[in-house]
Amino acid sequence: MTKQYSFYPGCSSETKASAVNYMTSVNAMCKTLGIALNEIPDWNCCGASIGYAEGGELPRHAMNARNIALSEKHNPGQDIVATCAACWLGAKETQRCLQHSRRLLDDTKTALSEAGLGKDYKGEVPIRHMVEVLIEDIGYEALAKPVVKPLTDIKIAGYVGCQTNRPFGVAGESFENPKYLDKLVETVGGEPAKKYDQKVTCCGGALAFSEPEKSQAQIRKIVESAYDHGAEMIVTPCPVCQMNVEIYQDQINARYGTKFHMPVTYYSQLMTVAYGGTAKQAGLDGNIIRAEKLEKIAAKPAK
Amino acid sequence: MSDRRMAVGNYRNDFLKEVEANVEDGEWVKMCMQCGVCAGSCPLGPYWEHPPQEIFMMIRAGLRDDVLSSESMWMCTSCYNCIVRCPRELPITHIMHGLANYAHRLGLAPKMNPTRRFAKLFWNNIAAGGRANELKLSLGLYFMDGFATGIKKSLQMLPIGLGMLKTRRLNPFGLLAGGNCKDRKGIQAMLKKAKELEDKRKGFA
Ligand code: SF4
Ligand code: SF4
Repeated sequence: MTKQYSFYPGCSSETKASAVNYMTSVNAMCKTLGIALNEIPDWNCCGASIGYAEGGELPRHAMNARNIALSEKHNPGQDIVATCAACWLGAKETQRCLQHSRRLLDDTKTALSEAGLGKDYKGEVPIRHMVEVLIEDIGYEALAKPVVKPLTDIKIAGYVGCQTNRPFGVAGESFENPKYLDKLVETVGGEPAKKYDQKVTCCGGALAFSEPEKSQAQIRKIVESAYDHGAEMIVTPCPVCQMNVEIYQDQINARYGTKFHMPVTYYSQLMTVAYGGTAKQAGLDGNIIRAEKLEKIAAKPAK
Repeated sequence: MSDRRMAVGNYRNDFLKEVEANVEDGEWVKMCMQCGVCAGSCPLGPYWEHPPQEIFMMIRAGLRDDVLSSESMWMCTSCYNCIVRCPRELPITHIMHGLANYAHRLGLAPKMNPTRRFAKLFWNNIAAGGRANELKLSLGLYFMDGFATGIKKSLQMLPIGLGMLKTRRLNPFGLLAGGNCKDRKGIQAMLKKAKELEDKRKGFA
């Protein structure tokens, strides 16, 4: 049976934006799993983690509250699901803050009425990350069922990063050593690099733009440890992590004399391939460092 | 009266009170027990002149200028390590963001700090149409210091940009379109109202 969700895709997933291949693979994966994503009409940016400096407090809450109000108005009764860690976090933080402060709630509603949504914000809808939907609503066992091409012989480092993990995280997982990515890798027949010790190290987030040297020192640790633990690729649930860890590897090589060439994929890409999807459906043509082993599996006929 | 003097007026000798009234989650600062756990949690730790623990101590000591002109808060990557570790459950990340925003608003934040400048660019980018336009954002960032430096930085980033283009993860026409919600007028009015209310609350209006 198809499950209905109110979908908040976020800026990076738009056509010709940095995480468009994440979106492609999420669509393919959800089709297989019977997850229907109903886009929130005219959603806006969450303000990201960096919006605070110029945006302040209330304008940021207004941005997130607008998305929540639109969802509650147009997709009533459906949980909001986000694929981006920052979008998920931003919306959830706003919902919590408005629950705890009458003043913020009233001010936010006043601002929302300028956009015609003053009466539409209830703030009651659960706001969830896609991995929560997979783990909690579908479950590992059911996630394994559609696997027709197990990802055998690939060792994969599960890089969870920050904002999918803290401060909210996924229920039942620890902040210092979350294991769900490893479990997802096993679910699709791959071998997780279980001892990978940089799985929750910060990639620098938005500071990869503004403080490139300092952030690249972080990224170096993240990639190096994946090599040290025998991984052939990294998998992540976050579009910021994916981009930061993938695209600066050449600059890091130039700076540190390393020879990094480590593909960085999304969990949804692994699952799409394991479920028999093509390289294109898995968005593998969107990886700058090609995930060749995945492409090979995708090209093979299913047994 | 200038923004700066209005916001400060009532708190002449009590920086802690000023922070409690005007900084996001500022009322939490007094709960800090100086255990030092957060000080070891920041990914860019070596670059923090004053780690969060010290900032909290300085606020209580009334070191207003030292705190507000510090580069430290601008080193926060929003990793949320501190929040999940603090035994007193202080929303440290938000306080750091709040202090940075307040310092920026007062004109006391370090002028050339790259994260401050990038953050400003980012907000203006999303506030214009409701969504981020990644091409304008990166070009804006590289050309922040003028045309010549912009060309140099763009050339440094060219291989990455081309990689993103080739994999269709960057829109070459982003300068002309993209980043717009249908109701961008409504969003702009909403943001204007939100800013108005916040400014009034925090003594800027
Ligand atoms: S971890 Fe919490 S209590 Fe300890 S110094 Fe930091 S803010 Fe204060
Ligand atoms: S969220 Fe900011 S203040 Fe907290 S540990 Fe991370 S960098 Fe430090």
